[in-house]
Order: sequence, then C-alpha cells, then structure tokens
Amino acid sequence: MSHLPQTIHEARRLLRSGAMTSVELTEAYLERIAQMEPDIHAYLHVAEAQALAQARLADERMAAGQDTPLLGVPLGVKDIINVQGMPATAGSRILEGFMPPYEATVSRKLREQGAVFLGKLNTDEFAMGWSTENSAYGVTHNPWAQDRVPGGSSGGPAAAVAAGEAAASLGTDTGGSVRQPASWTNTVGLRPTYGRVSRYGVIAFASSLDQVGPITRDVRDSALLLEAIAGHDPKDSTTFSDAVPHYADMLDGGVKGMRFGLPREYFTEGMHPGVEKATREAVARLRDLGAIVEEVSLPHTDYGMPVYYLIATAEASANLSRYDGVRYGYSAKAPDLQENYKLTRGRGFGQEVKRRILLGTYALSAGYYDAYYLKAQKVRTLIRADFDAVFEQCDALVAPVAPIPPYRIGEAPTDPVALYLLDVMTLPSALAGVPALALPADFVEEDGAKLPVGVQFIGRPLDEATLFRIGRAFEQANEVA
Amino acid sequence: MFSSHLSPFTQYEVVIGLEVHAELITKSKMFCSCSADFFGAAPNTHVCPVCLAMPGALPVINKEAVAQTIRAGLALNCTIAEDVRFERKNYTYPDLPKGYQITQYELPQAVNGWLDIDTPDGVKRISITRAHLEEDTGKLVHENGASLVDYNRAGVPLLEIVSEPDMRSIDEVNEYLTRLRQILIYIGASTGDLEKGAMRMEANISLRPAGSEALGVKVEVKNLNSFRAVRNAIAYEIARQERILRAGGQVEQVTMGWLEAEGRTYVQRSKEDAHDYRYFPEPDLPPLRIERAWVAELAASLPELPHARRQRFVAQYGLSPKDADVLTAERPTADYFDALVAAVGEDMPAKKVANWVMGDLFRLVNDNGLPISDIPVTPEKFAGLLKLVAARTINANTASQVLKTMFKTGEGAQTIVQREGLAQVSDAAALETLVDRLLAEHPDEVARYRAGKVQLFGWFVGQVMRETRGKANPGVVQKLLKDRLNS
Ligand SMILES: [Zn+2]
Repeated sequence: MSHLPQTIHEARRLLRSGAMTSVELTEAYLERIAQMEPDIHAYLHVAEAQALAQARLADERMAAGQDTPLLGVPLGVKDIINVQGMPATAGSRILEGFMPPYEATVSRKLREQGAVFLGKLNTDEFAMGWSTENSAYGVTHNPWAQDRVPGGSSGGPAAAVAAGEAAASLGTDTGGSVRQPASWTNTVGLRPTYGRVSRYGVIAFASSLDQVGPITRDVRDSALLLEAIAGHDPKDSTTFSDAVPHYADMLDGGVKGMRFGLPREYFTEGMHPGVEKATREAVARLRDLGAIVEEVSLPHTDYGMPVYYLIATAEASANLSRYDGVRYGYSAKAPDLQENYKLTRGRGFGQEVKRRILLGTYALSAGYYDAYYLKAQKVRTLIRADFDAVFEQCDALVAPVAPIPPYRIGEAPTDPVALYLLDVMTLPSALAGVPALALPADFVEEDGAKLPVGVQFIGRPLDEATLFRIGRAFEQANEVA
Repeated sequence: MFSSHLSPFTQYEVVIGLEVHAELITKSKMFCSCSADFFGAAPNTHVCPVCLAMPGALPVINKEAVAQTIRAGLALNCTIAEDVRFERKNYTYPDLPKGYQITQYELPQAVNGWLDIDTPDGVKRISITRAHLEEDTGKLVHENGASLVDYNRAGVPLLEIVSEPDMRSIDEVNEYLTRLRQILIYIGASTGDLEKGAMRMEANISLRPAGSEALGVKVEVKNLNSFRAVRNAIAYEIARQERILRAGGQVEQVTMGWLEAEGRTYVQRSKEDAHDYRYFPEPDLPPLRIERAWVAELAASLPELPHARRQRFVAQYGLSPKDADVLTAERPTADYFDALVAAVGEDMPAKKVANWVMGDLFRLVNDNGLPISDIPVTPEKFAGLLKLVAARTINANTASQVLKTMFKTGEGAQTIVQREGLAQVSDAAALETLVDRLLAEHPDEVARYRAGKVQLFGWFVGQVMRETRGKANPGVVQKLLKDRLNS
C-alpha cells in the first residue's frame, strides 16, 4: 500500500501532479478497505459504485482545471451523518435499512467541493458510548492493537483513518466522541465550537452538545476539513454566522509566548501513569517551544459528569421519541398501537440507549425537573464560567483526553458510573461549547502492545485557528522528537 | 345535618374558560418550508424531512408565524413578550412525528390581554391569559379497520388563545368566540374557517353555588370543532354537573371528549392519568428576542378592529348600533361601506347609504354569491348611482333597477340611465308644455277642481306621470300643476 497517500494534502498533491487520478486513488482505498475490514470492521457500509462515480466526476472537474483542497479525495463518514444514497443506521437496529431521503449539510458541502465518500463508519448506537461496543452492528477493532477498542463513539471514523482506509473522516463529538477515539488511534480529532458546524442531517443524540468534527492524520488536514464543513446554515438555527477563516493558511507562527493553562482538576485518581506522563511531556515540549504553561483551576470540573448525563440524556429522551415504528426504520408491526411502540422500541434499541432514555425521562419528569434538569442547566453555566475565567489568563488549555489507554474489547469497566468517568476530561469543554483539538502525544506499552495516547488543546469559542497553530507546532516538535 | 350548598334551592353559577386553537395564515409551515395551505391536498404531499421528523432534521422558526402571533396578541390587548422561548412538549401519538410538540410554554409570545363582549347587561371584559405559538399535529384517518396518518397538517402554525374563567353563560361563550373569530379574520391572522378545522376549541367548565368566590372542580372538554358543539357540550356539562352536585356528589376533575352525534361528553382521562409532558427548552432553537421596533411595525399594520369600527360607525355615521354591527361584521363589508360613504360625500346621509347597502346591495351580493370585495359594482360606481338619486335625476325604484343592471354588466349608473332614457324629466319648460296641453284637453276636470273638487289634483299628477312613463320629476310636476290650477 505504499502508493496510498497518508493525508488529504498529500492526496491532493498526487492528484494535482497527475501521478494518480481520483478513480485510481479511490480504487486503491477500496482495495485497502477490502484488505483491512475483516480485521478492523470500521465500515458499516462501503459505497463502492457511488465512490467511483464521484471520483470520475472529480477527475472531470480536475480535467476542467478545478483545484480545490478536497477535490477527488476519498473520505469516510460516521454513520450518524446522512449521505444521500447511503443507508444511515446510527449504529442502531431501529434504523436498520433506513435510507435518508436527504443529505446532511456537511455531506452536501463536501460533495460540492468534490470529495469522494467511501462509505459509512461504525459508531456506538446513537453515539452513546466510548468504544463502538454499543453498535448494533459489531465492534470496531483498534488498528494499533486489534484486540482493543478504538474508542467511541466515533470509533469507526478514527479506526478507518488510523488503518489507512480513508484519507480522513467525519465524526461527531457530544461529550468527547471525536477526541477520545482520536486519542486512542493516534489520529487528530477536532471538536469544533458548538455552532461552528451545521447539525442539519446529523442524527441527533443531544442537541445542545452534538458537533461534527474531522478525524485526520495531521493538523493541516483537520484545518482543511473544518474549513470545508464550517459556517452558518439557514437550516440549523444554532449555527454561528461568523465568517469561516482560511484555517489552513493560519497554521504557522508557533507557540512562542503563548500562555497555556494546565487544569489541575484533570489529573484524577485512577489515571494511567502513561497518560499522565504523556501530558507532562507535552507540557515540557510546549515550554521548550517558548510557551508559558501554568496550572489553572476549573473548579466545577467534578460536576461535568452528572451535568452532562442529565442534560444529554434529557435531550436524547426526546430526540429518540421519533423512532416509533410508524414512518421509517424498524417496526415490530404489532396490530395494537401501544404494543407496537413497546415491541419496536424494545427490540430496536440497545441496552445503553434504553438506559439513557430512562435516565433522561426521569430527569425531566414532574417533581424531578427542578432538582435534576434545571439544576444541571444552572451548573452548566458555572462550568462555562470556569472556561471564560481561565481564558482571560491563557490562550488555550493543555490536558489529557482520556484517563486510560484503549481497553480490551469486552473488558470495559463494568460499573456504569466508572465507565461514565472515562470522559470526565472531555465533558466540561463540550458542556461549555468551546473547541478542543486532540492529537497524538505518545504511546504506552501494555502487554507488548503499543497503545496511542493523545493530548488535547482546548481553546476560546470560535478560535479554532489558534488550536490549529498550537497543534501544528506540537506535531512538528513531536516529529522531530 | 347537611351543608347549605347541597340544598335543592341552591342556585349554581357557571364558570367557563376557553382555549381556542386557530391555524395561522402563513405561506409555509411553522418550522419548515412546506406550504401551509394543505386543505384538500392528497395525503402526505405537503411534507418534508423536517415535518416528518426524519432523523437529523432540524426546525427553523417561521418569522411570518411569529408576526401573526404578535399581531393577534396586539389585537387582543396583550403585552407582547420581548423574550420568547420554544419548548418541547413530550407525548407519544402517531400524528405527532417527533414525539414532542414544539410550543411556547414558560415564555409565551403574548400575555395579559382582554376581549370585550356585549351582554344584556352591557359590555363585559373577558381576560385573556396568554396567546402563544405552537405547531399543529398530523391527522389520523381510519379506513377499513386500519389507521392511516396524513402529515400534511403536521407543523402548520397554530395560535393558542387561553382565556381566564370569566364567562358565566353559554351566551357569553358564544359572544366571546364570535368576537374572537371576527378579530382573527379581520387582522388576517386566521381564516376562522370552522368547517376546515381552522379553529378548534376546548372548554373548562365548573359550577359553584351562586355568591361563592371559590372555584368548583373543573372539567375540561376537548375536541370541540364548531361553536354549536361548544354550546351543546357546555349545556350538557352544566346539566350533568348540576345533577351530581344536587345529589350531594362531587364532580371529578377529568378531561372529556365530546360525541357530537350522541350529544354527550365522555371521560378521556382522569386526573390520575394526566400526562406529564416533561416540558424543556427546545435546544434546536435559540430563544427569540423580539425587537420593539418590529412590534411597533406590526401594530401599525393592524387594521381598525371590529369593536372600534362599530363604535365609529355609530358616532361618525349616525348608524344604529344594530346597523353598525351588521356593517362591521366582516371587514370587506365595512371597508366597502367606508369607501362608499366617502365617495357619496355630502350628497346623501350615511344612514340612507346604509339602507341602500343592507337592502338592495346585500340582496344582490347574497343572490350572486360573490364576496363583496369582488363585485362589479365598486363603491365608486355605487356612489355614482346614489348621487343620481340624491339629485333626483332618478327615483328610488329606477335606481333599484339600474343597480341590478350594474351588477350584471359592471357599467356605471350614468351610462345605463342615459342609454335607457331613465332620467326623470325635471325640465320645467318641457313639463310646462305638457301640463298646459293636458289642462287644455280636460276643461271639465279643471273646472271641477277649481269649484272645490281638490281631490282631482292627484288625477292630474297621474296623467302627467303616465304621459312621461314615470320619468317626470314628481316635485316639479306638482309645482307646475299647483301654479296653473290655482291661478
Ligand atoms: Zn415540511
């Protein structure tokens, strides 16, 4: 597979030079997918014919003199984002065989810019999970250690990029679902500012938290992909109308003189020593590069987990009401209406989804609303205020992504609360709506396996450009090291 | 021992509050771009991913619907909220595609308004608690033992107007609904078309011993789709509750449905099974901030409202309250009348103009079936006719005939009068010749008249009218005859 480019920009260079056509490149990726999938299972749907048709179109556009950053580049899309002509399951039985009648705004934007869609990538059911183990269609294997999970919920998109089965991919991050799998697969994962990227056509888990983000091999690709999908969407009232910067032109400049905060609360009990070491080394590297790093406090960090699980599940309990077996998706076809609801949802949803629907329903119920949902919203504003306060002193935060490296398939912490603690370092920033970029930092050795460990940089709202600049500097320093 | 309110002599007071749902007139639905004008369309042809709640679809607020809600709120004397929020009302039913309805709950668009109604005891003010915006549901169709869903109506903007329990009789309820509907139609917010389901009502009914301040246990009756159904359902509930109370029983707090065909209410839900709608702010829609300037703009766009117009018609035109009511019942009629009076000017008193409109014109409009705004006899043309009457160029009978022709052909009155030679002969010289000839031809009658048989005067007038085939101006004729006969 030596002729497979590693990145979007490398692919573009090959295509532009005429070394390869988009059809050849797409065929090479399809071949790679065929070779890797038996071991990885990143894809839920490979759209061979459509991909090749898109590639032919891209070749025609290139022949006509067009040259855009994604033209002819084969990408993968998390199976929670609607792509015209491809099924959308959200990793759930309840959407088995569902063909969306319309395309998500992000997919339409990529299509218009000439990207090629190789297929749909695995996810935990409705993005509820950390590992893809909650997918109704089987677990994805971590390309770095195939007996381990790739992280989640965007485990498919992360594994596909790590295994070279796509030049880059789109995932979604609700509470860490892009950053954590990126961290566990040695890829670059961005959670953009909430409202930077349209959610139209993205199957909702928690509306006030969901955000589409790129998973790529390097920071430049992340910048390219964000620029391609970001911007105001009249179909999503929660998108910002601020102009989208040319992120890829803003990568250089380094971090010299920049101020970083290191949140004290993110170094929790039970953190793997390899994760802590990787973070401390990242801090040392930033200092080497001329940055100032100081410990800061985000005092409401501990509330992130309960607040997240109240708000996200409350929203999910309503968002998932539409799966009723009436208009689309799986239906038990019971003759009685109530019976049909029960059987359809009982069989269609998996355990984790049911657990969260129940949790959310309770949180919103009369007599509980004030104590749970409303209280959670109030604490959410305190969490936001934590970030506002530290961003008055620093340009960005540096922090670990997940407290442990990827675990073995089937060996997740069994206590749900312990499991929920897996994303304590990604939840507060998601609740605050601020952007965060996860990128490869180090590896830890465990049972002879080399397991990736990432680090994340958290930035001011709409200041993805600074995160890319930091990421680029960090990435270059890491390459040299 | 028994308490006094159980006495068979107790008089009960009826306490009624109403919730009215009115479909708003907008081009598109509440949260998507589907056409809201779905009546008569084939099932599921006015649908899209948003109103079908396809996975991933998101709502976008229809500004026109918000504007209509604000206009209705202003017309109902409400305070228009600056901060408005949509919330999700969660419940499961096949006609509700998302499994929740997007509605305004804690921060509604309009609050604390009122509507004046006429009662035998004078004007009564009914308080309006709130008027808010929400989306309609689809429709279940039961066919051959199967239930089908039509989502054409799903997401159509719906205005909910909630009154305080201020009504004390069925007549007051009827008056409130009539006035409310009139206002909504006047301002162009709703068609008010009950047959097409554009207005749907719910009534809260309770009884209490007359003189008591405390409210009795209320029963909510839903699914009332006509004013008649509202009246009948309330009458039924009053009788039912009174029977229970007189028997010493207690009315249960329930939600009822109304069976129109059987003429009775039935229990849909008891208090224990009351829904927990689990309202929470709609995360897909940021809260709305309503600019004051926009509200002012919308206020300026409101027409003169029926109540004010009625009062003006009495004060300005000297009409009786009853006539003013008839002429302002519908806005196009009132507009027509205003334009007509303006065009007639000083030539004819407005009261007389009103008689022409409510008599001859209404008859023609009714027979014709055309809306008054579309009839060929424009206010200007009608004014032309009335001016001819005022100037005695034609008399009333002729004018009625001319109006009919105008209605058919759309011609001006002058054109018809001239073509058909209908103008009264007022020319004194011409009539003088005629009168002189007549008197010369009937010397005996002249002599008898002069001898004191004054009753013959009418006979002379009749002769002149016959000769002129009715076109002679009777006033001129009488004056000429008097001059000649009495000289
Ligand atoms: Zn629609």
